[in-house]
Amino acid sequence: MALKEDLTLMAHLMRRAGFGASRDELEARVAKGYEATVDELLHPEQQEPVDVFTLLRYQPGSLLPGGQPPMGNVNWMYFLVNTKRTLEEKMTIFWHHLFATGNSKVDNYDQLLDQIALFRRCALGSYRDLLVEVAKNPAMIFWLDNNQNHGTAVNENWGRELLELFSMGVGNYTEKDVREASRAFTGWTLENKLPRAPYGRFSWKFEYRPEDHDDGEKEFLGHRGRLDGEDIIDIIVQQPACGRFIARHLYNFFVADEPQVPSWSIEQPRDPKAIDTLATVFQESKYDMRAVLRTLFNSDFFKNARFTHMKSPAELVVSTLRLVGGFELPKPGYGELSMQPSYMGQDLLNPPSVEGWHTGREWINSGSLMARINFVAELIGDPSLPGVRAIIDRLKAQAPLGPEQLVDGCLDLLGPVEVNAETRQELVEQAKEWGQLRWDSEANANAADQHVGEMLQLIVATREYQFA
Amino acid sequence: MPAKDPILVVLQLSGGNDYFNTVIPYNDPLYRDNRPAVGIPDDQILHIDNEMGLHPAMAPIKRLYDEGKVAIMHGVGYANSPRSHFRSMDIWHTCEPDKVIPDGWLGRAIRDIDPNKENVVTAVSFGPSLFRALVAPGVPVACVGGALESYGLLPGIQGESQRAKILDRFARMYSPLVGRTNVMEYLGTTGLDSMKGADILKMAPQQYASTVKYPETPIAKKLRGIAQVHLANLGTKVFYCDHGSFDTHASQNPGHGNLWTAVSEGVEAFVADLKEHDAADNVIMLLFSEFGRRVHDNGSGTDHGAAGVAFVIGDKVKGGQYGQYPSRKAEDLVQGDLNPNMDFRSVYSTIVQQWMKLDPKAIVGGTFEQPAFLKN
Repeated sequence: MALKEDLTLMAHLMRRAGFGASRDELEARVAKGYEATVDELLHPEQQEPVDVFTLLRYQPGSLLPGGQPPMGNVNWMYFLVNTKRTLEEKMTIFWHHLFATGNSKVDNYDQLLDQIALFRRCALGSYRDLLVEVAKNPAMIFWLDNNQNHGTAVNENWGRELLELFSMGVGNYTEKDVREASRAFTGWTLENKLPRAPYGRFSWKFEYRPEDHDDGEKEFLGHRGRLDGEDIIDIIVQQPACGRFIARHLYNFFVADEPQVPSWSIEQPRDPKAIDTLATVFQESKYDMRAVLRTLFNSDFFKNARFTHMKSPAELVVSTLRLVGGFELPKPGYGELSMQPSYMGQDLLNPPSVEGWHTGREWINSGSLMARINFVAELIGDPSLPGVRAIIDRLKAQAPLGPEQLVDGCLDLLGPVEVNAETRQELVEQAKEWGQLRWDSEANANAADQHVGEMLQLIVATREYQFA
Repeated sequence: MPAKDPILVVLQLSGGNDYFNTVIPYNDPLYRDNRPAVGIPDDQILHIDNEMGLHPAMAPIKRLYDEGKVAIMHGVGYANSPRSHFRSMDIWHTCEPDKVIPDGWLGRAIRDIDPNKENVVTAVSFGPSLFRALVAPGVPVACVGGALESYGLLPGIQGESQRAKILDRFARMYSPLVGRTNVMEYLGTTGLDSMKGADILKMAPQQYASTVKYPETPIAKKLRGIAQVHLANLGTKVFYCDHGSFDTHASQNPGHGNLWTAVSEGVEAFVADLKEHDAADNVIMLLFSEFGRRVHDNGSGTDHGAAGVAFVIGDKVKGGQYGQYPSRKAEDLVQGDLNPNMDFRSVYSTIVQQWMKLDPKAIVGGTFEQPAFLKN
């Protein structure tokens, strides 16, 4: 029988490195061991990939979704709900946050899904190699106007965001560096493509045009030469600022909520030592995300950071769907389901700007909080869903349940979830009104099922439940 | 009897409503020339004067126009439109054309109206997510995602008295306590505001009685919800809802017509409902879209354009046409689109200053000429 502490730690790992796990899965993983589980998470290639053919059978429109939601969201939601490669998919979201590219300008979910596929492919690999791929990614080139970056007329959009948002952060380069970097990427453009009318969208392709490239002498972060885009990237990744920046993003995403990115040049990290640790591994491993994440998940600063991360809308929706079960097939209604994170403020594939979303407490406003609570409560209160039935059955096995047993049992099986003493007291007071729960007659069983559902709904409505 | 507070209802036409087929300069040969596929036949256009006509689906709006209750704002927009739905809508919501900011003009207005947050339902929106126009730090907005009757926290809890108990428990769990972190306190306030808002709003459908029959369309249902809340006298000053999608790149006929039928019939029922309850004289409604569409059609529909049309409807509106229909001549078009000649912030400014009696400068981000579409 798994020790409570091991279960709690494993639940924490699975919430952060994945989208949570059922009690059955947690017990199996505890038996396997923490480090072994971390290792498994870091090797997604050992798990079956998502069965994309089933997706296409139900939602053929999600292959080439076009310019309007929801089919692009449908496509990604299917991966998020079904993947066994959970850390890989979490990292896909991470990279999407970092390299925030939005449909508002790209107007092409087909291309955005290609970009997501790139993030998925390179999720745990070399950050340096990923940067090069991103620099050649057609959606990114269009999004940041690098197709308008010419040797004779330099456009600094990509060059600037590369330094400011994608690698080092404000304060670690000069305006001259932005200019020189932009010069180095001239000629990295898109192939002339077939027009959209009358046959629809065609795939975009990267094209390097040497005649459009400024091949002259450049000086970037102290390095001189006839630098081109890859050279710039090679120089960037060696900078200590790059390791610290990526480390801080990883910390914000996986460990605990940091202040918003625009203030990072002013506000220090909440745990500078943790950032240093991760930045060091980043450099020593030659920018290998797998190595950095291994250090992160095995560290004490991670293990101790319970419930310090506000669930993003995507995390909330996906972890709920995975917990309650029954949503593995993209049946009718999947479109609306896939848009739920958008209604809660996180329109996947369409961040509001290249800065991405504001995370942490800024996910919460008077509109989103009610949406979040109601979404989870509606599902967790439905005993016809397999995951909910599994929770009820586990509780039933301990019947008759007194009020404290009910509360602690539900908290345990929903996470385990931690709540403050005062919150727990309120939950117990509520349970006391119901007396003992029994399943020894049909009437009692119906009442018991109902009250378990109500207790689960009350728990997912707590403030504490908004955190992972 | 004390003067009634001014109420604003915003009906956002999402997707880019086709101005050229909504308000039609029917004598202009350039209309026919440019609209070979989606042009409205001459005998169907509803003439409102000897130059302009409305789309045939807008008969109810025409009736209101004939009563002098509809102001048509010609050529609204802003310079250098990116013609992108999201960015353009953002600009209309935030009044900030050059950068991305998180708060909106109505959020700022509500903060002026109710700075001490005395009424959590000062602003109510009907739609699944919070419109950016209503966002401002510290401003609670009640977002009614579905039906007003089922609006509230934990609608799945069965049984009225049981639900009341559970919600009571929720309120107790959310009450701020000493020693909580900043973010827990913020969650507490937001949760309690949401609950309070829901408690207040759920009285509205219960008190509502009307002989007016609304059509069974999503927009009519939202407008009925707005009427219910307004008639319940809960102190709501700003209502927001949307209908769409007006993004008629293809199959514009009959699609565009269907959209306007739904909007027109919904608005007609709403106006009639308010009138029946003698509650129309302090309400105005703004209809707008994030841009108009291209002058020349694409063979089946129209693509994104620039200048559009806005409508302001109400008893206190000075009916008529404001501004000037932008020139359709090829040399006057901008990238093939009608050139906006009325900044949308002008329309906002009139509403903010002359209707809501607030200082518009900080709310709309500058000083703009105010078209005089309101009666004194």
